[in-house]
Amino acid sequence: MSSRATPAVLVDGVHKEFRIPEEQVHTLKERVLHPLRRPSHNQFQALRGVSFDVGKGEFFGIVGRNGSGKSTLLKCMAGIYGVDQGRMYVDGRVSTFIELGVGFNLDLPARDNILINATMLGLPSRDARRRVDAVLDFAELHEFVDLKLKNYSSGMLVRLAFSVMIQVDADILLIDEVLAVGDAAFQQKCFDEFARLRRENRTVVLVTHDMGAVERFCDRAMLIERGHVVEIGEPRPVSMHYLQLNFSRDARAAEEAAASGDPDAIAAAAEAASGLRGRNADELRAGDGGAEIVSGWFMNAEGEQVESLDAGERCTFCMHVRFHEDVEEPLFGFALRNNADERIVATDTHKALHGESFHAGEEVIVYFGFENVLAPDRYGVSASVARAGSGDAWLDNRERFRSIIISSTDPSGAVIDPPFHVELQRQVKVQTTS
Amino acid sequence: MSATATEPDVELALPSAEGMREVKGPTALGDDPQRLFRLAWTLATTDFKLKFFGSFLGYLWQLMNPLLLFGVLFLVFSFALNLDEGVRYYPVALLLGIVLFSFLNEATSQAVRSLMTRETLVRKIDFPRLAVPMASVLAATFNLLLNLVPVVVFLLASGATPSWSWLLFVLCIVVLVLFAFGMSMILSVGFVRFRDIEPIWTVILQVLFYASGVFFTVDTIAGQKHGQLLVDIFFCNPFAAILAAARHTLVDGSWTSPTQALSSDWLLVIPVGLVVASLVGGFLLFRALAPKVAEDL
Repeated sequence: MSSRATPAVLVDGVHKEFRIPEEQVHTLKERVLHPLRRPSHNQFQALRGVSFDVGKGEFFGIVGRNGSGKSTLLKCMAGIYGVDQGRMYVDGRVSTFIELGVGFNLDLPARDNILINATMLGLPSRDARRRVDAVLDFAELHEFVDLKLKNYSSGMLVRLAFSVMIQVDADILLIDEVLAVGDAAFQQKCFDEFARLRRENRTVVLVTHDMGAVERFCDRAMLIERGHVVEIGEPRPVSMHYLQLNFSRDARAAEEAAASGDPDAIAAAAEAASGLRGRNADELRAGDGGAEIVSGWFMNAEGEQVESLDAGERCTFCMHVRFHEDVEEPLFGFALRNNADERIVATDTHKALHGESFHAGEEVIVYFGFENVLAPDRYGVSASVARAGSGDAWLDNRERFRSIIISSTDPSGAVIDPPFHVELQRQVKVQTTS
Repeated sequence: MSATATEPDVELALPSAEGMREVKGPTALGDDPQRLFRLAWTLATTDFKLKFFGSFLGYLWQLMNPLLLFGVLFLVFSFALNLDEGVRYYPVALLLGIVLFSFLNEATSQAVRSLMTRETLVRKIDFPRLAVPMASVLAATFNLLLNLVPVVVFLLASGATPSWSWLLFVLCIVVLVLFAFGMSMILSVGFVRFRDIEPIWTVILQVLFYASGVFFTVDTIAGQKHGQLLVDIFFCNPFAAILAAARHTLVDGSWTSPTQALSSDWLLVIPVGLVVASLVGGFLLFRALAPKVAEDL
């Protein structure tokens, strides 16, 4: 795996620890009043022995959940944080982009801002002045060069910021989450630029949550979790691994952390919770308690329980129901909502299963098999059991209590991706009415 | 699947790092001193530009502050208290004192918060950290040079003639700027750890204003009981010594210089030593704490 000839970036056993003071001794007064009280610290191990190398011209992705240490790693590589242990080496000029438009001053016109930014990055003033034109060309903002940034529209600002970032003559680019901002058109431009960087054989290290970007652009990817390297390799397995880790463990991790009292676990879980756990928390449950949906899960075509599926892969949703009273002809239903909260799939059993009755204490599993034409996304799963009739008299109803991830290397951007049958007929004699 | 996260790290043989540059983390100076100065210069000129909005009126406003203070103090001390009795060029010397003190005040007060104000840069870009307090002092120095223009104009208007001793005045200004820079290094990096440094320094500046002879002459103290002892103590304060030397060299030779007033020339070691200590100590402190600034902010 590491047999590539010349590495551009080499990270060898890097440890990074943050000291989080338990009681803030933030003033001299406190220090003087309590000279004997040693400030106590919580240690937060952000990185625990991270090692990897990135070859020259390689596009390398770093993925990981919130709080896993990926951004800290990038800041260490960029030289913004010092490391406690281990060594890092680079070969060539490094440029770091932690955020778009760092150090932009809204009261200054574009020209000054570009100059300042170039100086911050360490360019000599002659090169900096030359860069102004390149940046403005790329951003297509030549006519606004003397306009103060506060009068720019937000779209122009993002364009300028991105162009400042990309028009830099560095051999190694360290990029953190820039794709999170901007509209679809801007993101496309980012992708185009990434493709260009790849052609020019620049080395790029990209920290991201966007598995689509990882799979499309990265030659290799690395998954880190709680400061450890979990996996390095082909983008596809790494991103699948990430998705599994991400969507199945949030809730559990937060609960475990709270129970264990381990401070860095709590910190990691708290960060994760701020991002994703909220979705699990909005589970709504309703029903009169005549039955209980014990659990629900997805199976792939081989009958294995899965958290994620490839687009197009046939799948089955299974729900385990326990009845607490005798129920005649109940309706079982389930629905999938995509990330935009649109209802994509919904069905119930009023046609498929009728005349079935259940008695108290009985437990059943209902299988809903379907052709998976879903577009890649994360889907929230809702399931219900209702009394015979309109389907509104719920015995139990659980909204978004599970999720399933559909992934694809080639997203179409549409809501569904049905299988297509394409034919081509040549030499058509078109009859024209002439 | 749930066990994957706690699996041991991926083992891999790393290639050799031969011929590669080691990433060392942030430092005070960086590896390229030119970059440090260029950066400090750019930051300072930007601040300067922002202040004046590119207009001549902006410059006038900048002058208003010391001139206004001068007007008030002049009225109080010259008409009400008669402090100017028998003193040559009292108004100009007063203005010079105010201008020099304004510089020290501005440079250090800006520097205290400077790392905080530029937090986004510090946390997101790797650059020589020393550029931040250096830029604050540099920006204040630009203002000082502008404010010295009316001082010289007043001086010439009062009938003084340019003399060779003005070259020594330039040296005084250099020492003052270095002293301000030394203090700025200590204050800026100290503020990151101890936030009450700012109010404490404000108080110290107030005391310095009244204790450094901005509006009175050294001879006033010398005339008191235990005058010589008071003068020797008075000149322990580097700013007082610099101010007296500046007046002696620029305004008029009749203004007592520290060497004339001190009981022994050797006592000059104290203020000079303090300036050197602020520079060396400030640099060592800043260099020691610079790598952690991004995390501690």
